[in-house]
This record gives sequence, C-alpha cells and structure tokens, in this order.
Amino acid sequence: MDITQYKDVYVFAEQRGGVVQKVAFELLGKARELADALNEKVVAVLLGKDIENKAQDLIQAGADKVLVVDNDALKNYMTEPYTQALSQIINERKPDILLLGATTIGRDLGPRVSARVTTGLTADCTKLEIGENGEFLMTRPAFGGNLMATILCKDHRPQMATVRPGVMQRLEDTSARKGEVEKVEVSFNMEKINRVKLLESVVKPKTTKDITEAPVLVSAGRGVHKEYYGHLRELADELNGEVSASRATVDAGNMDHDLQVGQTGKTVRPKLYVACGISGAIQHLAGMEESEYIIAINKDKFAPIFGVADIGIVGEVEKIVPLLTEKIRNLKK
Amino acid sequence: MNIVVCIKQVPDTTEVKINPQTGTLMRDGVPSIMNPDDKGGLEFALQLKDKYNAHVTVITMGLPQAEAILREALAMGVDRAILLTDRKLGGADTLATSNSLAGALRTLDYDLIITGRQAIDGDTAQVGPQIAEHLDIPQVSYLEHLDFDGKKTLTIRKQTEEGYQVLQMDTPCLVTVLASAVKPRYMHMRGIAAAYKKEIEVWGADKINVPEEKIGKAGSPTSVAKAFPKSIKPAGSLFEGSAEEAVNLIVSKLKEQHII
Repeated sequence: MDITQYKDVYVFAEQRGGVVQKVAFELLGKARELADALNEKVVAVLLGKDIENKAQDLIQAGADKVLVVDNDALKNYMTEPYTQALSQIINERKPDILLLGATTIGRDLGPRVSARVTTGLTADCTKLEIGENGEFLMTRPAFGGNLMATILCKDHRPQMATVRPGVMQRLEDTSARKGEVEKVEVSFNMEKINRVKLLESVVKPKTTKDITEAPVLVSAGRGVHKEYYGHLRELADELNGEVSASRATVDAGNMDHDLQVGQTGKTVRPKLYVACGISGAIQHLAGMEESEYIIAINKDKFAPIFGVADIGIVGEVEKIVPLLTEKIRNLKK
Repeated sequence: MNIVVCIKQVPDTTEVKINPQTGTLMRDGVPSIMNPDDKGGLEFALQLKDKYNAHVTVITMGLPQAEAILREALAMGVDRAILLTDRKLGGADTLATSNSLAGALRTLDYDLIITGRQAIDGDTAQVGPQIAEHLDIPQVSYLEHLDFDGKKTLTIRKQTEEGYQVLQMDTPCLVTVLASAVKPRYMHMRGIAAAYKKEIEVWGADKINVPEEKIGKAGSPTSVAKAFPKSIKPAGSLFEGSAEEAVNLIVSKLKEQHII
C-alpha cells in the first residue's frame, strides 16, 4: 500500500430516515480542524435515497466536497449495501482519514468496511489530533475507560476512527461556506445484499427525552433499589430534568438502555448531574465527568464517584432525595 | 444445527478502581469474568440447543488462564470448548484478532456464529462484524431477540437508537448479542462436575492456517503509541451529616449555581 496516494479527511455523514444525524456535523467540525492542519480537504460521504438536498448543510458544517450516492439500496441502513458503497468510494478515492459516528450504524458499518479494505479502525475516540510529524493521533479510553491510549495506524489507509455523539463540537463559525456536490455511482452486488431482508423498522415513541439534551440528570446506580426510582423521577421533574442510569442498573434490566450514561451508554454534559448510589466505575465517569456541576450521593465514603463530584454527600439516597425534592418544591411556592 | 459462540475473558472493569492519591489504576484483585455480552450470546445458543438440539461449540482466543471461562461454558451446557492460545497471536488488534478467529472458524462446521456485541475491556464492537466479513457471511449486530424456524432462517430483532428493526437471514450467518437481551442460566451442579471431566481442546496458531502477516502484532494495522492515566479533576468537598443538613447544603449549592 503506497500511503502517499491517500489524502483528505472523509466523514461518513450518517442519516436516518433522511435526517442527517447530529454526530455527522460534530465530525465535520473536527474534520475541518484536522484537514486544515494537514492542508487537505474535508469530504463528506452521504449515502441514502433522495437525500441530495442535505448536501448543502454538510458544506455549511465544514465540508469542501460532498459525495452523494443516491440509490434505492441505500434507503434504509443495511450492513451490506452501505459497506459496498463506502468500500468502493475508499478504493477509488483513497482517503487519508475516515471518521464515523460511534452509533449503532457506525459501529456496524465501520468494522465491516475496515475488514473489507484491510485497514485499522479505532473505536470511540475522545480526542483526534495531528502530531508534530503529521501523524494522526487517535486517543480513546482503554481498559473499560480506566486508562487512555493513543493509537496510530501507521502503514494502512484510510486511518479510520469512530467518535461517539456529543464528544466533538460542530463548527461555531456560521458564515456562509462554499463547496462542491458530486453524485457518485456505485455498482451493487445484489446477491450479497439480498442475504439480509429488512422486515420492519420500528420507531418507539419516546417515553423519555434524549438524556444528552437534558439540562439536569438525576442518575440511578446499583445503590438505589428500583422501588425508589419514583423519588428520582420526582426530583428530576422538579429540576426540569430527566432520569438516567449507570450500566449496572441497565444490565440488571431495571432501566432502558437509552438512559445509560457511560462508556457503553451515552456521553452527557448537563448543567447538573446528580449521581445517586453510583459508585463511579471509570466507564461511568467517562460518560459524565464533563458535566458542569456534579452532586454525588452514596453510602460508601470511599466511592470513586466522589473523586469527580463538586459536592459529595455521604448518606442514603432513599432519605435525602425525597427531602430534597420537597425542599425545592417548597422554595418554588 | 451447529453453533459456534466466540467468548472472551475480560477483567471485570466495573470492579476496577483508581487510586485517588496517585491517579493510577488499582488492578490488584480485579476478577476475570466471561464478557457479559458473550455470555448473553452463549445463552441464546443454549436455548437453540434446548429447543432444536443444536450442537454448541465455544471458542476463545487468549491466555491459557482463559480456560476458566471455557469450563464455565461447559458447566452451562456447551458440547465442545476450544482454547486458541499462542504467543504468535498476542498483541493483536481487532483486525488481527478477527483474522485469527475466522481462521479457526473455517476449520469448524458452523451454521450460526454468535459473538457478544462488544467486550467490556475494549468496547470496540468490531470483532464480530470483522469475522463475518472475513468469512463472507452476513451479520446482524445488536441482537435483542432471536427466532429460528428450525430449518435455516433466523428472524432477528436488532436494537437501534430509535427502537428496533426486524431482520431476516439464512444460515450461515453471524449475530452479535447484547447482554441486556437475555438472562444467562447458572451453571448447574451436575454441569460443574461434568465440565471438569470434559476435555478442552487447546489450539495453537499452526492449527488455523492464517498467514503470519495477518495475525498477532504483525497483522495489526493499529498500534498503541502510548497509554496514560486519565486526568482527574480535583475532588470537591465531602459532607457527612444528617439528611436534613445534607439537603440544606445541596440547596445552597444549587442556588449558587443558579440551578434553582
């Protein structure tokens, strides 16, 4: 592989149901910074059906060029047609770097593509930068978030990385930007595509709001029995916030995966994070330590959660939370 | 029906703590466990064994001590256990790992390959889809429910951010499973006793017929340039007292922060 032939920073612009996902705009913001450091271009890859009209938004978010593949086979995300389209683009265009969102789709597509084109893929990066010698440095949590590791992909291209939603920030500069839109044809192997059939796509009505958008989160850990979740809900309601959970709580089947904060859940940055009965495994801290203000309540005064909390309360969630809710409620009267 | 489940031994990362004084990892006494998503995958396989008399093989790649999770799988009821272990396979990233496991799988009869969605020590979710690609079989990841028609068609519910998808594919194929989808069975006493009588097959790199440039460190496109402890912000104040006092303190802080 002659790596000098590979250039430009590509972003897989994930869309679902014709809506470009927030993470794609965040990646374009980071891609812009990387491309400027390398003196290369930012190229967004938009795959779907009747989605060309979204290309301008990608240019506005930092892309110099948008490659659009518009095809019936790409209407809904399916592993094989998307892998074929993205792999062909890689083989023909030779990107230096390719970024994908670490979403259900990106984490399905990324590895399949990396194996097809034989290159490295670094998952869930929290920091991407260009080193002194122009090398691409991908930093991610390792060992369940207990350590950070900086990864290199020296001799293979593209250098692929996924980034979780909410980690990077979209460009702040909103002045009008110009770019090029190019429609690309891909030849599909339908026999391989037809090996998997999509029978049904179900969008569940949201019973809860997106926890990444909530200004306040009251989060339940293993130390709170599920019969007390109602107390947390009431406090969250009083603070115009939402309830979230640690992995232990979700794995025990007591809360929905949508509500999980942490390395394997969501990355959140609320104004206030109230950690209730959460010990503070590093994989949890990885998802919430950027919160503006953190209150932790835990019986164990050695709980690691206290290490990141602005105030730590050694005590019982079951007693403190209802009292707190009542006090706030009274203050509002 | 032949099912092969790929499992991994991982440190129980929820038990890992950081020394608050030095910011370093306290690895001592961290137990090793069967990766939770893999255990969920194993349960799905055993349910297919119960219902359709499927033959279930487990394979793990790792250090010799990974034998412990194979014994556990045998005690849960699997038919065959393979430990793929060799220095030549060490230092592998996900691509080299998937190449090694795919090599082992090529030598086995399989209709369905099951992996966990991801391992809790790496959290990459890459090895399952990469194995499927190397073997040129279709995959569905993030499986939360599985129906088998008893012949060759699987109907799968896949978790998505918005809800779920129902997908159908024929064997041979691969699925990656979520731990939260199913409650794994316990080892039963008779199973534990039997598990120690059963032989675990130990395979070396020579057994998998994959070129050396595709395995281990040589077969890994990515490498770790450096690893370092995470910077932790200084801890705030710690309060011990009555619930009433605690609530007063919280309220005053929330006022300071203009949250209430």
